[in-house]
Parts: sequence; structure tokens; C-alpha cells
Amino acid sequence: MKDLPNGAPRTVPIQSATFTNSVNAEIRRAAATGIYDIRGGGAKRKVPHFDDLLFLGASISRYPLEGYREACDTSVMLGTRHAENPIKLDIPITIAGMSFGALSGAAKEALGRGATLAGTSTTTGDGGMTPEERGHSKTLVYQYLPSRYGMNPDDLRNADAIEVVVGQGAKPGGGGMLLGQKITDRVAGMRNLPKGIDQRSACRHPDWTGPDDLEIKILELRELTGWKVPIYIKVGGARPYFDTTLAVKAGADVVVLDGMQGGTAATQDVFIEHVGMPILACIREAVRALEDLGMHREVQLIVSGGVRTGADVAKCMALGADAVSIGTAALIALGDNDPRWETEYQALGTTAGAYDDWHEGNDPAGISTQDPELEARLDPVEGGRRLNNYLKVMTLEAQTIARACGKNKLHNLEPEDLCALTMEAAAMAKVPLAGTDWWPGKSGTTF
Amino acid sequence: MQTIDMDTTALRDLNAALQAQANETNQTAWEIVNPKGSHAIAVGLDAPIEVTVKGSTGYYCAGMNKQATVHVAGSAGPGVAENMMSGTVVIEGDASQYAGATGNGGTLIIKGNASSRCGISMKGIDIIVHGNVGHMSAFMAQSGNLVVCGDAGEALGDSIYEARLFVRGSVKSLGADCIEKEMRDEHISMLTELLARGGCDAKPEDFKRYGSARQLYNFNIDNAY
Repeated sequence: MKDLPNGAPRTVPIQSATFTNSVNAEIRRAAATGIYDIRGGGAKRKVPHFDDLLFLGASISRYPLEGYREACDTSVMLGTRHAENPIKLDIPITIAGMSFGALSGAAKEALGRGATLAGTSTTTGDGGMTPEERGHSKTLVYQYLPSRYGMNPDDLRNADAIEVVVGQGAKPGGGGMLLGQKITDRVAGMRNLPKGIDQRSACRHPDWTGPDDLEIKILELRELTGWKVPIYIKVGGARPYFDTTLAVKAGADVVVLDGMQGGTAATQDVFIEHVGMPILACIREAVRALEDLGMHREVQLIVSGGVRTGADVAKCMALGADAVSIGTAALIALGDNDPRWETEYQALGTTAGAYDDWHEGNDPAGISTQDPELEARLDPVEGGRRLNNYLKVMTLEAQTIARACGKNKLHNLEPEDLCALTMEAAAMAKVPLAGTDWWPGKSGTTF
Repeated sequence: MQTIDMDTTALRDLNAALQAQANETNQTAWEIVNPKGSHAIAVGLDAPIEVTVKGSTGYYCAGMNKQATVHVAGSAGPGVAENMMSGTVVIEGDASQYAGATGNGGTLIIKGNASSRCGISMKGIDIIVHGNVGHMSAFMAQSGNLVVCGDAGEALGDSIYEARLFVRGSVKSLGADCIEKEMRDEHISMLTELLARGGCDAKPEDFKRYGSARQLYNFNIDNAY
């Protein structure tokens, strides 16, 4: 920077920490278009997360298991409270609900194939159950959503579990929108709406309004399915203690809790980034609710929202969850945001790793699209193989950590195996700040 | 005629017996006594049987019905015939909120009044109400027909898609994107058949037709408020 003409130095320009370049760009975009930003995915902002926790591992006071040879059970039973046929999974990592419509048929098939190979479940989404998905998923959870698009009693009875979706982490309190460009003849037919129009998914169910109604709704679903299959209730991470309590009161076999990092096919960016809580802040409160009701482990807890690695899985188990769900990570395993498509991402005005316009249907990886040419890029057999590999790696990673903590079962991990790197994470996870025996809000302390 | 007394038969046993009937069943006539407002009566039926409920029912009576004819000789609680696929449900008295919600097919006949959100998100069902319907009826209604022989409450047909609404009486207000539409011969013909099916002696010519202005079909920021 040049000095002033008189030779005096200039004031150095300072970029505002409040009005950053990205903030300013969004203001200019909004001013030019008059349209708020809609995108897919979950929260991108940095929030306290599993990376802020560490396992302590074994030492003199803890006895480790041999890392490769000694058994470490990863199986989990879901739906043991009321269902005649609870679900047994080989691994506690399930595939989250994602709709046919938001995803291509090939992507849904790949998810089913991969989940089945790995011994876990996959989940339908808004728009109903497709034959391909049912056919390729040994264990399929059927989402019962406010829109009831494609919902029918035959599919309900053809499912291995039913998940009543009250909310999701990306948008607690919000509905959804599948934009018209993804509404092909088949998607339109399944949803009983004209081709090419935007399809709104309501934010609340059409025939019940509160926990007392929900209890009766679950009674109806159980009567319809002969009390055979588990009923899950999925909520977004908003008020985990009370939502978990009410879900149990309403009769849930399983509570699914989704933090703000959990993805969506499409909603407003402002919603994704500013509504709901990080999953780290939700798990212990949900577990506390279950413990207060004497229902921990009797009603199972599945958590989701930013689960990426076996370490994340192990941390969720240690905090008291019975299983996790992955959505975004599974799509990445299939090939979403892969740098091999960088040229095409550039053409769409983005870059690999940042592509989130899933609602527009132009996904170069053939995953969040209904375009036949793009969809053909995803081989569902190869996609299934990749997902299975990824799930295996996550499981092995989690086992490695569990053994190092002396546990012969993933679910034997406990909060005492953890410490936190930050005050925030310590407060949210209710585990000690590293090097201390204390966390903010700990009973018996004054801070 | 098979009679099931809910004073002595559990709901599970009642529904299991009805759900066990197959297409070729000889036991086509069923009577349920002492329902006393129980919830989830006769849900998930899938056979051409006729079930008469002698009294009033709670939530979700005849929910997700297929093929069966369910006759409620009383009033029905919330969500009667919700997500019905086919068949017929007749309510002699009044129906509470969400009657026929998300119904895909079949016919729901309410001889009294229906409360709020009648036909919410309906997806092909035909609903014929002899009396009035409450507010927000046919909210986000996708397809099918809602016939109201009396009056409609506030915000009728809010955010409606392709469903057709026929109202003989007054409409307190129309919801977003719902407008009055021309009653053409084809609609008179259609309504004549619906009224006959619903056992109404009203004249089709006395009705007005309402439907979607189709202005909300694709996202537009000017409609976002």
C-alpha cells in the first residue's frame, strides 16, 4: 500500500469481523434477487462438536482389550419396548431418512445395498417407499411424515419399523419443499401432484397436534401393524429433555434425535444456520430424560447430525446413545461432492466440498437429482460397496477406541471415558474439561 | 352378522378380527357395540366387509381403510377415515377435526357437520358433508372432491392444489390461492353423482365451485409472506 502523497503512512484497511466478505456478498445477492437462499445440507457454521471431546483410554486404573483380537460387540436391538419384532442390527450406525425425489432412485438403491451389506437399516423419506428401496434393504424404516406423500397402509405393513417424523435437526419447526425441477412423472405420481410444480411438505402433521394426540396416533399405527414393528419418533434438536420425555410418554420404542448439523434436501439457509442446537448439546439431555423416566436402554436413543467417523460413533455411545444415523456422510461415501466432478461444480458456480444446491437437481454425482443422464453416473452396486466399506471402517474405528477404553461392547462406553477440550463442549457433554474433574454446571459446583 | 361387544372385547382383538377378513370372506356383516368413544376402531381394514359401529367413536375410526364400508351410527372423533385408500365411511352424526385427512380414495359421508381441517391434504378422496365444515378445511388439498351442503368456515382451501371444492352455503373466507371457479356442465354432472353417492337431495345448481388459482405452484418470493 502506498503512503500518502506527503509521505505519511496510511491507515491499514480492516475487513469488518461482522460484515465479512461472505456476509456482504449475501447482502448483495439478496438485494439483487429478492429471494432468500435455499440450499441442502446441514449447518456449516462451526459449533461445538464431537471433535471437542477426547477419549482418555486405558491406563493403570483401566484395563484395555487387545486391539485386533478381542471381541467388541457392536450389535444393537431397537424397539424392545413394545414391538413384537424389534430390530437387531449388526452395527449401531443406521442410514437416515432421505426421500426418493430428493435423491435419485440409484442413490436410494445404493443406500439400501450398502446398509444391507453392513448389517444395518436404511430409511425412506418424504414421498413414500419405492420397490427398489424395499427390495435392496433388508431392514427398512418407513418414515411417517406430515405430508403423507405416498403413504399407504400396505407400505406401513411392509416396513420393519415406522419412524414418526416430528422434526429434523436442519429445521426444527419447519416443513420442506421439493422444487418443481425435480418433479418427474414418477415422483409426481407417487405424491399425487402435478408434474413440475413445487411440492410443499407441511411443518406439522395434519391429524394430530400435541403429545396426547400423538399417543393416539401411535396407537392407530400399532393397531394397523398388529403391534409387530417398532415405532420411532424423530425430533430435531431443540428441547431434547422435554421432547424425549414426551416421545416416551407418547409410546415411542425409539427416539431419534437430530442435531443442527443434520442435513436436509432443501430449506432456507437462515433456518439451517440459526434454528436448533448442535447434537453435542442434545445427547446428554435426552439421556437424562430417559434416565429420569427409568427408560434408558429400554427406549433406545438414535442420534444424528454431523456423525462422520468411528470416533464420532464411539463418542455418541459414550454419551448414552444406542445408535447413530448418518445422512450427509453416507452421500459423500457414494460420491457426493467428489473432486472428480470439480469442472462441473465450477460450472455450477461452486466447488467440490461446497456444493449444496441439492434442490436444483443438477448434482454432477447423480445423487440429488432426477435427471436420467446424471443419475446414470451413479452405479448403485458400486455405491453400495463404497457405503459398506465406509460403514465397516467406522465400525472398526469405534471398536478400536472401545477396546482401548477396556470395553468389550460399544455400548459399555460411558461418559467417564471422555474429557472435553473446551468449556463449551464440557458444559454441553457434561464431561470434565481436560485435566480437571469439573464441567460448567456440574452438580455441587457454583459455576 | 358378527357382533363384537367392546365392553368385553379388547381393541386389539376387535381390529385383528376385522383385519383378518380376506376378499372372499363370507363374514361380510359386522356390528360393533359399546364403542364408547374408543380410539382406532376398525383401522386398516382391507376387505369388502360392512362394519356398523353402534355409537360414537374416538380418534381415527376407519383410518387407512381399504375396500370396507364402515358406518358410524353416532359421531366420530378426530381423524375419521384419515388416509383412506378406498371403500366408504358414513358418519350419521358430526365429525371432529381432520375428517378424511390425506385420504387417497374412497368416499367419506358426514351427515352432520364436520369440524376444522376437514379434508386437509386430501389426495383423491371424495368427502360429502351434509352440514357445515369448520375453518381451514381442504388445507393443501391435492386432489379429490369436497362437497359441503352447508357453510364453510374461514380460510377454505388454503394453499390448495388440484382438489375441487363445492359449497352450497356461505364461505366465511377463502384461504391463500383459493378462488371461486366457473361451474361448468362437467362439474354439475360430477356434483350430481357425488350428491347421489352421499345421499343428499341438494340441487347441484345451488353450489359454487372453488379451486386453486395455481399462483403458489412454483416458488415466488412475492408469495412468501
